[in-house]
Amino acid sequence: MTNRFLTYDRRHYGMDHDRYKWSMLQDRPSVRWPGDKPLALWINISIQHFPLSGSKPTVPPPGALTMPYPDLRHYTLRDYGNRVGIYRLLRALEEVDATFSIAVSGQLGERYPKLMRRLATSDSEWLGHGWNMNCIHAGAVDVDEERHWIKNTKELLTQYSPHPVLGWLSPGRLQTANTPELLAEQGVSFHCDWVNDELPYIFNTHHGAMTCLPSCLELDDVFVLTQNLHSEDSYQQQIIDAADLLIDEARELGAGRLLSLNLHPWLVGQPHRIGVIRDILKALLNARGDAIWNAGPSQIISAAMAS
Amino acid sequence: MSKTELNLYSYWSWEERPRIEWPNGAKLAFWVAPNIEFYELDPPENPFRKSWPHPYPPVPGYSIRDYGNRVGHQRQMALLDKYGIRGSVSLSAALCQHHPEIIAMCVERDWEFFSHGIYNTRYTYGLSEAQERAMIEDAMTTIERATGKRPVGYLAPALSHSEHTIDLFAEAGGLYTCDLFHDDQPTPVITRSGQRFVSVPYSLELNDTIAYVVQRMEPRRYGHIIRRAFDELLREGAEKGTVMCIPTHNYQVGCPHRLRAFEEALEYITDHDDVWVATGSEIAEFYLEHYYDDALAAMKVVE
Repeated sequence: MTNRFLTYDRRHYGMDHDRYKWSMLQDRPSVRWPGDKPLALWINISIQHFPLSGSKPTVPPPGALTMPYPDLRHYTLRDYGNRVGIYRLLRALEEVDATFSIAVSGQLGERYPKLMRRLATSDSEWLGHGWNMNCIHAGAVDVDEERHWIKNTKELLTQYSPHPVLGWLSPGRLQTANTPELLAEQGVSFHCDWVNDELPYIFNTHHGAMTCLPSCLELDDVFVLTQNLHSEDSYQQQIIDAADLLIDEARELGAGRLLSLNLHPWLVGQPHRIGVIRDILKALLNARGDAIWNAGPSQIISAAMAS
Repeated sequence: MSKTELNLYSYWSWEERPRIEWPNGAKLAFWVAPNIEFYELDPPENPFRKSWPHPYPPVPGYSIRDYGNRVGHQRQMALLDKYGIRGSVSLSAALCQHHPEIIAMCVERDWEFFSHGIYNTRYTYGLSEAQERAMIEDAMTTIERATGKRPVGYLAPALSHSEHTIDLFAEAGGLYTCDLFHDDQPTPVITRSGQRFVSVPYSLELNDTIAYVVQRMEPRRYGHIIRRAFDELLREGAEKGTVMCIPTHNYQVGCPHRLRAFEEALEYITDHDDVWVATGSEIAEFYLEHYYDDALAAMKVVE
C-alpha cells in the first residue's frame, strides 16, 4: 500500500478536527446546579413519525421499518406510540411533576395537530427531531434537501411549541458534514448528537459557536431494550446505578453532574414497560429528590455555562 | 498465499503443565489492561477493513470513544487507585501527541504502557513488511519519548495482524505479545530470529468491549462472569499457576451505569491474598526468568 497509510496529517495536540476543543470533564471548572444539587436530570421524550412508504434511508435509524411494503406491523407499532404510548408516558411524568423536553418529528405537526396541542399544554421545551424517521442526516444527503428538512421542522414545531425551538436531536444522533452549519443557519443554538461528554460544551460551526448538550445513547431506552436486549429490570438498575454513581462523584468532587434519559413512547409506552418507567421516576424524583435538579435542556445549558 | 499455520507455538495440553509459582507463593497473577485509544474521525480507507460503520462523519462511534478519554478515563483510574491496581495500558501511541494529560496521569501512578499501534483506525492489513516495521518502531519510539520507557509488550492495533507482526515486534526489542488467546498461562512464542519472547494471557472473553458490544451483556452479568472466571483460575492456580487479565476500555467500564458492577468484581478479586496483582511486563519478565527455559524444553518434548 502507499505510504498514505503511514502519514498522519492531524497527529498533534488536541482533537483531529475543529468541531470542539479537547478537555477532560474532571479538569474543568466545577458546574453548580441551582440549590447546589449534585445531579441534574434531563428527561427527553422522542416523538417520532416512521412513514409507511417513501425512499428508505441509507442508514436506518433505530426502530426503522424493515419489511417489504406495506410494513404494517412496524408502521402501526410505531404509530401506537403517538396514539396510546405518549399519553401513558405523559401521565406517568405528570403524576410526579417531572420536567421534561420533547423532541418531535416535524411532519407530526402536519399529521397530528391534536397531539401537538396536547403536548403544548405540558409547558415543555421542544426540540427539532428531523422531518421524519426516513429523513436521516447521514452521509451524502443533498445539502439543500437537508436544509429544507431542518427549516420545515423548525417552522412546524414553532407553530405549536410554547417556547422558541432552540434545540435539535437528529434521528439516530447522526449528522452529515453539513448538519451543524445548517442548524446554526436556522437559528438552532444547541444540538444533542455528539455524545462525547456528560455536560454541555461549545461546538464550532462556520457560522459561529453553538452548544452540544449530549443526549446519552448508552442509557437510551431503545438502545438498552431493543439493541442490547437487556431486561426491563436491568434497564432500571443501570439508570439507578448511574444516578448513584454520578451523585456520589458530584458530592466528592463538588462538581455538578448530569444524567440524561431519552424515552420513546412506542417502546416504553407499552403496558408491560410503563410500570418500570414509573418506578424509575419515583426512584429518581422521590427517593433521590434531595440530590436531583430536574430541568429542561435550555435551563441546564444556562446553568452549566454560567459556572 | 495464506499459510495454514504460523507455528508460533506447539501443542501443549493443560493436563501436562508444570506448576508456576508466582511471587510470594501466589496462585494467580492478575492484571488489568486499560486500552487508551485514539480513533481518527477521518482515517484513510484501508481496503481490507472498514474503520467505521457510518459514513463520514461517524458521529456515534467517534463520540463514545472520545467520551472514554474525556470522561471515562479518570473515573476508571480512580477506581483502580482505590483497589491498588496499576494499569498496564494498551496505548494508541498517537495519544501521546493528542492527549498528553492522560499520559502524565498514568506516569504519575507508575502505570505501565504497552504498544497498541499508532491509531486504532490504522490497521496492519496490507502493509508491507518494511511499512509494518516502521509503524511498530514509530509507536515504540513515540511511547518511549512520552513516558521515559520503551514498551516491551504489544497488542496489534485493533487486533489487526500480518504473518510477521510478532517477529517484527520481537526484533524491535519486545518481550511479550497480548495477541494470542491460546492459553491461561504465559507460553514461549517462537519467532523467526529466536528471541526469548512470550505470550502473556490477555482475554477476549473478559474484554469489556466484547462483553458489552459483541455479547451485549447486562452490566451485572459482566461483573458476575469476571468473578466466576477468577474463582476457577484461582482454584486451578493452586495446581499450576494461572494468569487472569481484564482488558478494559474507558468508554465501556467508565460509563456510570457500568462502573459499579466492575467495582464489585475488583473488590472481590483484591480481597484474596493468594493473588499477585501485577502488570503485563512483570508477568512476562518473571516468567522469562523462572519458567521460560523449562517450558520451551517441555514444548519440544511434547511436540
